[in-house]
Amino acid sequence: MGKIIIDPLTRIEGHLKVEATVENGKVKEARSSGTLFRGFEIILKDRDPRDANRITQRICGVCPTSHSTASALCLDSAFGLGASIPDNGRLIRNLILGAAHIADHILHFYHLTALDYVDVTKVAKYEGNNAELNSVKDFIQRGELGPFVPRYEGDYRFPAEVDQELVGHYIEALRMRRKAQEMCAIFGGKMPHNMSIVPGGVTEVPTIDKIASFLWRLNEIKTFIDQVYLPDVLAAAGVYSDYFEIGAGCRNLLSYGGYELDGKDPDLTKRKRLFKQGTVSADLKLGALDISAITEDVKHSWYDDSTSGLKPTQGETIPKEGKNGAYSWIKSPRYNGDVYEVGPLARIMATYLAGDEKVKAMVDPALAKFKASPDVMFSVLGRHLARAVSCKVVADTMPNWLLELKPGEPVYQEYDIPEESTGVGLVDAARGALAHFIEIKDKRIANYQCVVPSTWNMSPRDDKGQPGPLEQALTGTTIKDEENPFEIVRIVRSFDPCLACAVHLITPKGRTLGEYRVA
Amino acid sequence: MANQKTEEYPVIWLQGATCTGCSVSVLNSVSPTVKNVLVDEVIPGRHVNLRFQATVMAGAGELVIKALEDTWKAKKGGYILVMEGAIPTKGDGAYGSLGEDEEGKPVSIASRVEMLGRDALAVIALGTCASWGGIPAAKPNPSACVSVSQLFRAKSIATPLINIPGCPPHPDWFVGTVASVLLQGLPKDGELDELNRPKAFYGQLIHENCPRRAYYDEQKFAKKLSDPGCLYELGCKGPVTHADCAVRMWNNGVNWCVACGGLCIGCAAPGFPDLVSPIYEKTPDVILPNIGQRVVQ
Repeated sequence: MGKIIIDPLTRIEGHLKVEATVENGKVKEARSSGTLFRGFEIILKDRDPRDANRITQRICGVCPTSHSTASALCLDSAFGLGASIPDNGRLIRNLILGAAHIADHILHFYHLTALDYVDVTKVAKYEGNNAELNSVKDFIQRGELGPFVPRYEGDYRFPAEVDQELVGHYIEALRMRRKAQEMCAIFGGKMPHNMSIVPGGVTEVPTIDKIASFLWRLNEIKTFIDQVYLPDVLAAAGVYSDYFEIGAGCRNLLSYGGYELDGKDPDLTKRKRLFKQGTVSADLKLGALDISAITEDVKHSWYDDSTSGLKPTQGETIPKEGKNGAYSWIKSPRYNGDVYEVGPLARIMATYLAGDEKVKAMVDPALAKFKASPDVMFSVLGRHLARAVSCKVVADTMPNWLLELKPGEPVYQEYDIPEESTGVGLVDAARGALAHFIEIKDKRIANYQCVVPSTWNMSPRDDKGQPGPLEQALTGTTIKDEENPFEIVRIVRSFDPCLACAVHLITPKGRTLGEYRVA
Repeated sequence: MANQKTEEYPVIWLQGATCTGCSVSVLNSVSPTVKNVLVDEVIPGRHVNLRFQATVMAGAGELVIKALEDTWKAKKGGYILVMEGAIPTKGDGAYGSLGEDEEGKPVSIASRVEMLGRDALAVIALGTCASWGGIPAAKPNPSACVSVSQLFRAKSIATPLINIPGCPPHPDWFVGTVASVLLQGLPKDGELDELNRPKAFYGQLIHENCPRRAYYDEQKFAKKLSDPGCLYELGCKGPVTHADCAVRMWNNGVNWCVACGGLCIGCAAPGFPDLVSPIYEKTPDVILPNIGQRVVQ
């Protein structure tokens, strides 16, 4: 029986360690550990509630926009603004968030994932005229191959000319994700960490030049998504088709949805959204979302046991580094006590099962190509496919939002900070369901909490001993070569982990989650 | 043909208590692009040889820890250490570790920075967390985070240190600093300010070059966010923050914080966020040298 320990697990956001016990060539048991702790929620306590909108973005520089969106929705609801965000403000929030998601998805597939499948060194034999590829060839000939080598060796399956083309796409994708970040900045001020999304709406006003500047970057990226990104995902699915069978995980999905299509219902769970919210079961049934079903266990996390099994806003949590039996800074969120995966797979499947024609029209032909049923979406390749579809749905919808903008109309609604209030913000970040909660007392933050995507996906065992989604996805996997455990890193990266987000601390004495106004 | 005379500059890029926003910001570099920085000779004949960077590197686990340790052993005094994020010092690695030692014990990020920092040619503290401590070190600093300079003082490390604060730092500030080291070696006397920041990028206050400065001088203040006018009374920290955002602009020059109506939150200032909070309250009146001195006729 061997143990594979991967620390650091690279090409993700943050500090992750994965341990897999291998018996007879199969993963018998897996452990996912977050190895860094910062304690944002302790830091937020007693600050001005508005500051949470800027500070929580800094939980994660890869997905700050999702945090600023969740935080703005959370503060909107706490300030009683849920139904009064001007349309321009709602649309610009969608545009900034959408651009960020596009940047994230492209980054994830090409820069965080592709090197598990694509052999960069095959560019050494490139004979064509592409200047970028020839510069990579020069680089390889110089002989110092960091950061592309060292790496796992062996299971690179594309023929050389496809590898070469994909390295070209890796470089092109760097430009595309940069342009998507520029789109964020057009309405967000800068990226990472936008300044424009605030409670009450946004600070940036729409003008014709900004709309055009945004649109033509978007058009270029849309072409890239259609002609490069989606075809590359399908090409990988063809050559690595066994990964439709690998990494299924817990087969329960949870989505908060996202992108508000109307902003007039104070209850954000009742607003019309582009992506649908809900749960998806192993037999592909869509269930209604009930956020009061969420609890967090800490038996295997470095926190005091007295706080285990509580709703995120109850009780007190105390860090206990070195606690016996614990192995992670990540808690174990559970939904009705069960293990749930979040991410593009969840939001695409929820939207698909809600009968969205556009999503069905993208998912069905892709599955038909591989003669596969929707059930195979619970897999490494299913996650990549869902992410690409999610990227395309957002990109294709954004021109509508741009054209709905009304230059000269307001983007922002003023407010007073209440003496006491509570709020909740729910949105799907690029990597999945993200919730922010606030309790305000004396106009200050009494309690601020975030339950973030990778807390779900990378969670350790819960109090009942149920492994988290990643741990389940790894368990049972055949490892062909223990020195080069491609299967493990491919499974891990298919979740697009974000550890800076996942590790956080739930702080003192809130109310039960059910008492929070979802508004 | 590859140039046989290319000089390689090994770089180790460590991440501590960070959000990875500094890395993402550097990916946004326009000219040179990040591909130019990593693959091409970013200065003719000189190549940045990125040996360790957890966000982009192909390898993982022991393989990359070995690459890091091999570079340290083989290139003492010859590699550049880039530190992104603050350094957690609580619990001897319990609050932040990277890889394991030969006995399988997690190695603290603090001890990695100490070891690699001591033997580096130069250290670039990238971003506000590495430069000043930033948000992880904000009150009550739950993981006892310190900046690179604090750690170096505590451990008596005298390696040349360049601070590139900003949350995140502008890619030009980083790439420009690296290019400068490749071109002419370590910063010369007078090129860094008293806080080890390159004066080229941090020599002036945001307020000195702000396009809304005329509003300030005219005392035309925005009454609410999204209004035109000077944002000072809504909390803008431009008068106390050194950086060239106002003239450089962000993300290929498309916008920046004040231009988008979002005000400067002082993300590059020492003491961010505590000393510039509450963000959306007017900065207490302070004496601002050469600022706001309207000419009295």
